[in-house]
Amino acid sequence: MPFNILVLAALSYVFFLFLVAFVVERRAAAGAAGWLRSPLVYTLSLSVYSTAWTFYGAVGYAARSGLEFLTIYLGPTLVFIGWWWVLRKLVRIGRQQRVTSIADLISNRYGKSNLLGVIVTVISVLAATPYISLQLQSVTLSFGVFASATSDGWAKPDRDVTAVWVTAGLAVFTILFGTRNLDANEQHTGVVTAIAVEAVVKLVALLTVGSFVVWGIAGGVGDILDRIDASQIAEWQMQPSRWSGLIFLSAAAVICLPRMFQVLVVENSDERHLATASWAFPLYVMAMSLFVVPIAVVGLERLPAGSNPDLFVLTLPLAEGQGGLAMLAFLGGFSSATSMVIVAAIALATMVSNHVVMPFWLSMRPARAVPGDVRRLVLLSRRLSIVVILAFGYFYYRLSGGSTALAAIGLISFVGVAQILPAMLGGIFWRGGSRVGAAMGLSIGVLIWAYTLFLPSFGPDAVISAQVLAEGPFGIGWLRPQALFGVTGMDPLIHALFWSVSLNTAAYCLGSVLSFPGPVERMQGAAFVNAFDAEGTGPRGWVQGESDSEDLLVMAQRILGDDEALTFFEASARDQGKAGYLPDPTPAFVDLLERRLAGSVGAATAHAMIAQLAGRTAVSVEDLMAVANEAAQIMEYSARLEAQQEELTRAARQLREVNEKLTQLSVQKDAFLSQISHELRTPMTSIRAFSEILTEGDLPEGVVEKYGGIIHLEAKRLTRLLDDLLDLSVLENGTVQLNLGLTNLHEMIERALAAASHTRPERGLIVHRDLTREDIFLRTDSDRLTQVFINLISNTRKYCDADAPELRISVRRKGGRVTVDFVDNGSGIPKEKQAIIFEKFARLTDQTRAGGAGLGLAICREVMANLGGTIGYLPGQWGAAFRVTLPLRLELPPNAATV
Amino acid sequence: MRGPVFLARRGYRMRRIRDLAKMLPFAGIFLLVLPMLWGRVGSDDRTTTTDGIYLFVVWGGLIAAAWLLSRGLRDEQGLKDES
Repeated sequence: MPFNILVLAALSYVFFLFLVAFVVERRAAAGAAGWLRSPLVYTLSLSVYSTAWTFYGAVGYAARSGLEFLTIYLGPTLVFIGWWWVLRKLVRIGRQQRVTSIADLISNRYGKSNLLGVIVTVISVLAATPYISLQLQSVTLSFGVFASATSDGWAKPDRDVTAVWVTAGLAVFTILFGTRNLDANEQHTGVVTAIAVEAVVKLVALLTVGSFVVWGIAGGVGDILDRIDASQIAEWQMQPSRWSGLIFLSAAAVICLPRMFQVLVVENSDERHLATASWAFPLYVMAMSLFVVPIAVVGLERLPAGSNPDLFVLTLPLAEGQGGLAMLAFLGGFSSATSMVIVAAIALATMVSNHVVMPFWLSMRPARAVPGDVRRLVLLSRRLSIVVILAFGYFYYRLSGGSTALAAIGLISFVGVAQILPAMLGGIFWRGGSRVGAAMGLSIGVLIWAYTLFLPSFGPDAVISAQVLAEGPFGIGWLRPQALFGVTGMDPLIHALFWSVSLNTAAYCLGSVLSFPGPVERMQGAAFVNAFDAEGTGPRGWVQGESDSEDLLVMAQRILGDDEALTFFEASARDQGKAGYLPDPTPAFVDLLERRLAGSVGAATAHAMIAQLAGRTAVSVEDLMAVANEAAQIMEYSARLEAQQEELTRAARQLREVNEKLTQLSVQKDAFLSQISHELRTPMTSIRAFSEILTEGDLPEGVVEKYGGIIHLEAKRLTRLLDDLLDLSVLENGTVQLNLGLTNLHEMIERALAAASHTRPERGLIVHRDLTREDIFLRTDSDRLTQVFINLISNTRKYCDADAPELRISVRRKGGRVTVDFVDNGSGIPKEKQAIIFEKFARLTDQTRAGGAGLGLAICREVMANLGGTIGYLPGQWGAAFRVTLPLRLELPPNAATV
Repeated sequence: MRGPVFLARRGYRMRRIRDLAKMLPFAGIFLLVLPMLWGRVGSDDRTTTTDGIYLFVVWGGLIAAAWLLSRGLRDEQGLKDES
């Protein structure tokens, strides 16, 4: 195949990608992203995991170490099918905190510490540099393969020149599409879509080459299995330590690699895409590795001994004369390399500009002044970072000579980024993880990595002398880089992984436990660990009133751009209920603004910039305590209010009851007055009438006496009524003077019967008594009690409607109380009247008026109340029945007797 | 522990699906690490091809399981969240 056609194909492919990215950016800008934001594109973009290392290198890896290459894909498979554990939380946190890179995540989690951001950035750049150079190398090598096969007079191009051109081309593409804008979400739709297209190209290329090998060269699946067993690959033995160690390593790398974090978390536009990626991404990598062993086996068989197995994907079709297929394979490898470099460069440039350049620039500025357009500065720093990072890759390629096996370099990078794992997992699952612990863990991990793996990888005597490698520094044997602490029986890679990750984790845990995190750190820790509990309801990091809205707007305009900043401020002002563009700088608003800015320049930088305007870097513990106190006070206040309200409700209820009673009393009083005037009026009327007749004189002899008698009788009745009233009023007021003494109940009843016999003496009354039971001595006021008995007995005499009235008086003693029942054989009192008989002036009928004013029972009730007892109507007896209950010994309350 | 003790049948099923999704990676680790315990390649019917076929079958099974689970979990994800 002519080399110039290959160059043309590569160039037109790149042009095609440009076009895709350009069109997509245009569509996205017009708001018509649609399917471009689908889970399919998201999953395909994740394929930046499989780089040229996996496209070309997996075959070489399989040729050297059999099935071990599968570990590089099995680790990510486990992480993705277990997405509910880690990935889901990472994506949620990334969206909540507007994380821009993995360095931003770590720095944000541990109190927006820029130191950690710098450490992670350094680790990432260190680990990515050999990786990027690996991609340049593979593209250059693949060019070289074609060039060596040409015979049309084209000179074999200089490898270095090719590498320079490739590097420059990648830099231009990355700058054009990776730093077009300073998007708040830091998402690059165009680039992501181009990456997805490349993912399809590399999958199709590898599957086509694989199918050609299996069904074109070999005779189908059965034949290829036989060939595998016959080949040298079948001699490979699984080493348990490498097998499990590499699965762990690749699982760690898939979440810690900056480029993976970029596509997985930063570019994620919808959390639900993760559900699709959880099975689709493992499916993709499985398809990518399906034909690796067959290609390796057939390549080993067919190609001359000494051929580079890393290039079998390319050389096998070429050797079989399949130019078109080779071209497809070349484009596949080219896609793998370019997509990785572009995404890695974007991710690293973001980290470098946000965590190294911007903080440095801010520290050079006097406080409270943010002049100039920060956007341009950030974009410029990113573009420069891209160039510098790619230049690093190029120079590493030149230095290392491009000879090392692809797989080895990739794994060295993996171990490097795996150092971020403890701080990351600890950060999202353990609130106790602290900045000191993370810094210690990361530094120790990266130092061990560099000492045991990275520096020795340059070869003996390159950085670390052969003598140190063999005998340890200063002859200390247990510090040998590849046999640390006397551990000799381990593969160097696993050895480095084992020591770096375990000491890293130990340092992280110990440092976290022994240090005391600051307030911002603790707030962020809670926000990260409890990411699913509440959306953005964490405590605020800013104090009210120190910053000026206008200053904030000026700064935001410089980072977000005029339109976007104004829109954001206007929306916030509207939320606060204000018109115009300047919301009050409430802590909530400043917090929101900080997150928004963090989406562009990273959390640490955004925090520092706002701190310049707000005048303080962070809240202090005292501030938090004040907030907590305030909250406690508010809670206490509201509890007090509640109690007060309850009290008020109770008081209102009491007032209502009292009011009802008063109203009733008023009604009763009116009734009483009308009753009493009526009662007074009747005798007065007759007295007046008869006395008038008497004053006229000239009356017959007997009439004067008769009339005088009537007047006397009525006056007596009037007196009795007034006496009763007076008595009742005294009793009701409780001001009655009791005359306590020891008296026999029997005698009292006798006296009462005798006194009551004057009432309607013409009616006979048979009284049934149990004399022995009446023989009880009571300590009470005997006159008052007798008065009650007389009243009850005379009532019977008056009102019992039986032809031969009978009265049964029964006495019972129960505990310290005595009950006396008066039951007659009349028709009793109708049920509806039973309730009112004890009221004043309550008379059942007027038919048997016997001169009573209806006060008798009312007086009885008051007397009994004063004697500490009760009187009640006993329903369900013979006839009318009253029960008198009183204590055996009446003890007056100490103050009552004297009143 | 917050929330009600008893859930409707559907809610209960969703939670168990979630549990299954959490268990799946552990099943995967177990099955993928299992070959380390087998005998040497080349003896007792163990060859690189049988290893390879075993690994790809397990791999495919895990993907299929993840696919089935993700269909149940996708709707829930992003709409409401568990603690």
